[in-house]
Amino acid sequence: MGRKILFITTDQQRYDTLGCNGGSLSRTPVVDALAARGVRYERAVPQSVVCMPSRSTMLTGQHPSTHGVWMNGVALPVDAPSVAAVLHQAGYRTALVGKPHFEPFLDPFGRFTENTLARDGLETAQTRWADGTIGPHRGFDHLEFATHSPAGNLHYARWMVEHHVEALGGFYAVLDKDLEVNADGGGDTGAPQVKVNPVERDWYHTDWVADRTIAWLDGLEADDDWFCWMSFPDPHHPWDPPASELGRVDWRDVPLPAGYPESAAERERILDDKPRHWRLWYDGELVSNYEAPTRWVPAAMTADQVREVNAVNAVEVELIDEAIGRVLAATSARGWDDDLDVVFTTDHGELQGDFGLLFKGPYHVDGLMRLPLVWRPAPSAGVASSVVSRPVGLVDLAPTFCAIAGLDAQPWMQGQALPGDDGDAEARGFERVLTEWDSELLGVGVHLRTITRDGWVCTTYRRGTVHDGTEGELYDLVADPLQQVNRWADPATKAIRDDLVADLHDHLPPVHSPRLPLEAPV
Amino acid sequence: MRGSVRRERVIAVPADAAWRVVTRAELLHLWFPGIVACAVEGDTRTITLGSGMSLPETLLTNDPLQRRFQYRIAGGLFAEHLGTIDVIALGDERCLVVYSSDADPATMAVVLGGATGSALEELARQLESGSGPVLDALATEATT
Repeated sequence: MGRKILFITTDQQRYDTLGCNGGSLSRTPVVDALAARGVRYERAVPQSVVCMPSRSTMLTGQHPSTHGVWMNGVALPVDAPSVAAVLHQAGYRTALVGKPHFEPFLDPFGRFTENTLARDGLETAQTRWADGTIGPHRGFDHLEFATHSPAGNLHYARWMVEHHVEALGGFYAVLDKDLEVNADGGGDTGAPQVKVNPVERDWYHTDWVADRTIAWLDGLEADDDWFCWMSFPDPHHPWDPPASELGRVDWRDVPLPAGYPESAAERERILDDKPRHWRLWYDGELVSNYEAPTRWVPAAMTADQVREVNAVNAVEVELIDEAIGRVLAATSARGWDDDLDVVFTTDHGELQGDFGLLFKGPYHVDGLMRLPLVWRPAPSAGVASSVVSRPVGLVDLAPTFCAIAGLDAQPWMQGQALPGDDGDAEARGFERVLTEWDSELLGVGVHLRTITRDGWVCTTYRRGTVHDGTEGELYDLVADPLQQVNRWADPATKAIRDDLVADLHDHLPPVHSPRLPLEAPV
Repeated sequence: MRGSVRRERVIAVPADAAWRVVTRAELLHLWFPGIVACAVEGDTRTITLGSGMSLPETLLTNDPLQRRFQYRIAGGLFAEHLGTIDVIALGDERCLVVYSSDADPATMAVVLGGATGSALEELARQLESGSGPVLDALATEATT
């Protein structure tokens, strides 16, 4: 009998939303306790700051350039490498409960397996793996899907329709009547994508994901080895948690984020120091990411709206923490404590008011790039608790799962098993992390390549429809933790910039060929 | 907001061979993944998608000289739509098939663009291999 793996992801959660990372808005005692007994990473960086590429990196252990999911709406090939398939072949029972998003959600043609097996009520499908094996879809024996709303055909939506159809109208409509991402505001302040949702807490997708995870675990034998990816759709917008829980955090008491300059003139000064797509988006003149509402103008956002978004987000984070607590109680009741590894992270962050912006996009700064990551190794492994300050990436998760299972990392994996402490990180060369952005949508093309190393974040821009390829960003993460001073053109940091750019180019990953097509907006 | 998405594919068959398939509106489901059925009556084609959704279309252009086929999805999620398939000869043995989707909302142009891309791949696969459901249908028709 080996170690069991509970892999917990959230969607679009900032580093500073956890108590163990210094957050004070949300109470997160469950994840904080995991961090206290395990390894907490202070500089975990995604390889993409949007869902589909980032989640594909978690599954494949590859950078977006290599697995080929270069933007949201590009489907990860069904036969792409999968760490779940590796674990399945090693005898693990495998499940993914919650948000997958390796394939587009908008799928009226029913072309993608995630949608069709959910539509047909199937537990999994037999598909071809990277090594030619025919096995359960992407290596998962059990798939049960949810996303940010009960719209569509995923399992959660079907469950809501079957059992609580009267509650559907309480959720925020992700798309408006024109199928654009909805810009409507709500709550007390009219904040975008906020809605008071009268849904019962038990019916909300956070608790549903925990309930279905527990149900799957209940069906396992005590000595089964298992890998369960429990994937919460929150705290990704829309921000519409159960209304009964909103009293946990009163937005009127929420301080403005440090990254939100209250003065419009100051926000504009900071944005004007960055490549031009920052200010263009702020002014409502450019949208380069489908998930940002095209009809919403960030410059019009008020300070109170920033407070309310942060408050509602904090409520969602608390609900997730409590849901995780229920699942851990269930694993404990099964007697699995000593042999259970728990990994908690998210796919990318959320700007949440930084620079006067919300949501996400081609903006490689801490709001989107500094992620919560906690690994509580199985107590039986005897790993001491620690804090790792060196940079690690989500690309390192797949080899970590292999290491936990006693397997070698696969040759197609591009990361390495997470370090147990900074000494381990230094010895094994955890020095740099790369992040990519590519988007080409409705005439707008944006392309970024970023390196995080030695306390700096350096972003280069490739030629697109907004940039000529000479732009860049360089931030000193120690002296400028809010990334408000772009030192790309500062002569005093030219040597650092040039060294980072050269290092970035030296470590760019292989590119998937042929380039995969954009199948849908998201 | 309106959107326009174009997909294209060079196919190693004469332009007339590709056009012979493209122009047969009632056979679309045999080479377009995600369309499970279609029926033509007059200048109206009704397609049924894999999700179960049905969409009525109006057939607009069937021009064998330019090898241009155009249709419009009428209603459903669309405020406006125009689908255009152009088959362009590249010498005697190859052709370029261009499939354009113009739509309002733009979201649907992107969704259609993805689907038409996979349709072109399937069209190329059948034509270049000389076998597949749409060629079978045409062969059966020729022998009866």
